Amino acid sequence: MTVTTNHTGISNRLLDLVPAAPAQQSRKDFTSDQEVRWCPGCGDYAILATVQGFLPELGVARENIAFISGIGCSSRFPYYLQTYGMHSIHGRAPAIATGLATSRPDLSVWVVTGDGDALSIGGNHLLHALRRNVNLKILMFNNRIYGLTKGQYSPTSEVGKITKSTPFGSLDRPYNPVSLAIGAEATFVGRSIDSDRAHLTSVLRAAAEHPGTAFVEIFQNCNIFNDGAFDTLKDRSSRDDVTLKLAHGEPLVFGAEGDKAIRRADDGSLEVVPAGSPGVLVHDATATDPSQSFALSRLTGDTHGVTPIGIFRDVDAPTYDEALNTQISDARARQGEGDLMSLISGGETWTID
Amino acid sequence: MSEQVRERETRRLDRVVVRFAGDSGDGMQLTGEQFTSETATFGNDLSTLPDFPAEIRAPAGTPAGVSGFQLHFSDHDILTPGDAPDVLVAMNPAALKANLKDLPPGANLIVNTDAFTGGNLKKAGYATDPLTDGTLDPYLVHRVPLTSMTINAVHAAEGTGSAVNKKEAERAKNMFALGLMSWLYHRPTEGTVGFLEKKFAKRPEIAAANIAAFRAGFNYGETTESFTVTYEVAPARMRSGTYRRITGNLALSYGLIAAGELTGLPVFLGSYPITPASDILHELSKHKRFGVRTFQAEDEIAGIGAALGASFGGSLGITTTSGPGVALKSETIGLAVSLELPLVIVDIQRGGPSTGLPTKTEQADLLQAMFGRNGEAPVPIVAPRSPGDCFDAAVEAARLATKYRTPVFLLSDGYLANGSEPWLLPRREELPDLTVAFTTEPNHTGPKGPEFWPYLRDPETLARPWAVPGTPGLEHRIGGIEKSDGQGNISYDPANHDRMVRLRAAKVAGIANDIPPLEVEDPSGQARVLVLGWGSTYGPIAAGCRRVRAKGLHVAQAHLRHLNPFPANTGEILRSYDKVLIPEMNLGQLRTLIRAEFLVDAIGYNQVRGLPFKAAELAGVLEDVINQ
Repeated sequence: MTVTTNHTGISNRLLDLVPAAPAQQSRKDFTSDQEVRWCPGCGDYAILATVQGFLPELGVARENIAFISGIGCSSRFPYYLQTYGMHSIHGRAPAIATGLATSRPDLSVWVVTGDGDALSIGGNHLLHALRRNVNLKILMFNNRIYGLTKGQYSPTSEVGKITKSTPFGSLDRPYNPVSLAIGAEATFVGRSIDSDRAHLTSVLRAAAEHPGTAFVEIFQNCNIFNDGAFDTLKDRSSRDDVTLKLAHGEPLVFGAEGDKAIRRADDGSLEVVPAGSPGVLVHDATATDPSQSFALSRLTGDTHGVTPIGIFRDVDAPTYDEALNTQISDARARQGEGDLMSLISGGETWTID
Repeated sequence: MSEQVRERETRRLDRVVVRFAGDSGDGMQLTGEQFTSETATFGNDLSTLPDFPAEIRAPAGTPAGVSGFQLHFSDHDILTPGDAPDVLVAMNPAALKANLKDLPPGANLIVNTDAFTGGNLKKAGYATDPLTDGTLDPYLVHRVPLTSMTINAVHAAEGTGSAVNKKEAERAKNMFALGLMSWLYHRPTEGTVGFLEKKFAKRPEIAAANIAAFRAGFNYGETTESFTVTYEVAPARMRSGTYRRITGNLALSYGLIAAGELTGLPVFLGSYPITPASDILHELSKHKRFGVRTFQAEDEIAGIGAALGASFGGSLGITTTSGPGVALKSETIGLAVSLELPLVIVDIQRGGPSTGLPTKTEQADLLQAMFGRNGEAPVPIVAPRSPGDCFDAAVEAARLATKYRTPVFLLSDGYLANGSEPWLLPRREELPDLTVAFTTEPNHTGPKGPEFWPYLRDPETLARPWAVPGTPGLEHRIGGIEKSDGQGNISYDPANHDRMVRLRAAKVAGIANDIPPLEVEDPSGQARVLVLGWGSTYGPIAAGCRRVRAKGLHVAQAHLRHLNPFPANTGEILRSYDKVLIPEMNLGQLRTLIRAEFLVDAIGYNQVRGLPFKAAELAGVLEDVINQ
């Protein structure tokens, strides 16, 4: 297979193994003929439009892109993209995608999952995909509710959530997906919002440029079962005051007037202080040590009045698939291609005439 | 070596069964393996049965911690590891206690007298010393102070004595036992010396200690007066060709690598460690130069998931496990049925249910393989009959998986996995060509021009096209939701679902036309009783049949390799006998299938003791059924 460098700005050592598109592709090239069947008003529509709009930017041949999903509303995503795709079973998409990505370095493999799919039934697979650093881009749509099963609380629902399965309020504490991913030592962790197309595109681009597992949490509104979950981050009047847009190398400053900033408190956690205070931190997504990224992930609207979005962490590390494929090429370089008949006749043999 | 070498009688035997038994830390498996290796080199036919506890180091000195290795070797072709040992080597009281019940009166018994201390006797549960209380009167007992003689031999050896401590010297006692047994049965010894030098290449002093112990054991036999007879078993007359000794798991591993080469697909194994299947993961992980990718997953589900993902990408996806792992993989197997992608699921069966008997054998996953999924989810099943046959069965499973785009079960078991036999190496030209052709062109013309329909089937095999990512113009989406016949889009149409369920069933059922007919062995042609088996019971059943035929009785034997679907002539054969007997290491799972499918009222013989059937046991059952 001929591999040529793609013709856009997106590139990394693994994406360069994927054949380039022969010509400029458009959003239409990535739109399948299937009727989209999410509820009217669902945040998934906006994410789909953004992804379809972004994929041409990858510059790789459409047939070398694969989307793997699990079960849930978000997991219908692959049907609407004119790429290779698999709508698999609940929670298992990271495992299936690991086999595909590891055996086919010439593919760009994406996983689409939700908060229930990724963090509940498939929690183990997510953790291990992140730990191994397989070359996957994992997009987790977080609507903080179970939509497809019609409205039970999810592992990201707030405590006390009244749902069909918790009429007296949910009891378990929610996961913070970004904290979880950084805790699992993911090499790329980002967060964006369904309705902010420009920001989401920038995070997808950074994820695509990352060689290895990229985990992207996308806040997604379920207008049927959990409407308005992210309204404070979307409302024009409030959003600038409660959203910290992370930018690598820039001071951690936010607010409509740029009047608030982040610095380290005495106990090592982060705190919100007036801009201009001494000790305001500069964001470093590439720091090998994940401590500051993790501390950033602990900032939430409920606890600190601010929610960071953007790239929390983006560090270069060996990937599982590269390492495995290198073991194979090294073995072949050292010992030559395997010969079946000499393998099976190895060990002690004897001949009877 | 003694100055005087006494004249001794050498007795010629046609077959011998030996058993080594000791603590699980005593190296009994290695001892048995090495004695087997010497025996294979000598040219006997052989069959082995390792038997060990699930615990790595079960409580030392207790019957629960006893590890055993039985070898049957002969000058003619044999089918089983033997019913009862002719000689038992017992390294301690617990090994004696655990194995004595299997030893027939008059058999040779070699005991390590050094281990018969008060403490060890107590741990073994002996109130009095069996060496002196008459327990051993029925046997030909050889009392050997194995431990002390080993330590003396190691310390006396030149250049070794000072380099190893007492404990290291003592650990060589299994080699002393091996040396003694090698002398008693006239085994060639060069291989063992070479083996020890290689195994301990990094610690030459340990190699020297073990070799010293091995030689001391051999020389002890030569000088002691305890043995008045030695035994010879002439090489067997076997089919011409080149042989090696092989265990089922190794043969199965080689079969999977061969399947990769024969199909032209890279092998991808997704697996999670589980007894008794882990050795396949270990073996395949060595062969990177064959392009074999092994992935030790976080759990059983991820193991099969990754394998299925690799199949989607055009690899030969394989997962290896045992019964508990199959339970976890069930949902993904169902997905593979729905996606219609090739996948080989290797189940090395062990005693169940639940954790059951991890290191013991059983055949009780047949119905799980057959039915253990939601919905109508048929999966072909292939079962090997002997350790060497695991190679061919693996190739066959891959053939069906790739040709019919389906998951296939390969049902081996703990007995085949760890047991070994001489294996006539296949020649390259005897192996089938399984080349797989991916679909690269559209297969349908729609209103807007050429299209790719992922579920447009081959009219003969009913297999769907396999178009892998990277193929331009054939981009498509597949999933576990029901698909429209042909086009493959999501469909909830009632008639379509009924059609798709029937198509998937017909595809698997149609394999019956693509497998050899069931063969019957009935030398006299007068049998009215057919004994039907599957999997690892082949050897004991065939040995049982030989015994009853030797008495002038008539019995026919047939053995199933394909359990779903059955060979096309199965019903006809079953109905042509007055009685059908089905021995199984379960409570009647094949019998259930046979009765349901063919309305044949087969008789079951069922044991679930974690051990293979004995030939004498089956011969008795056969006689009863024939004479009833």
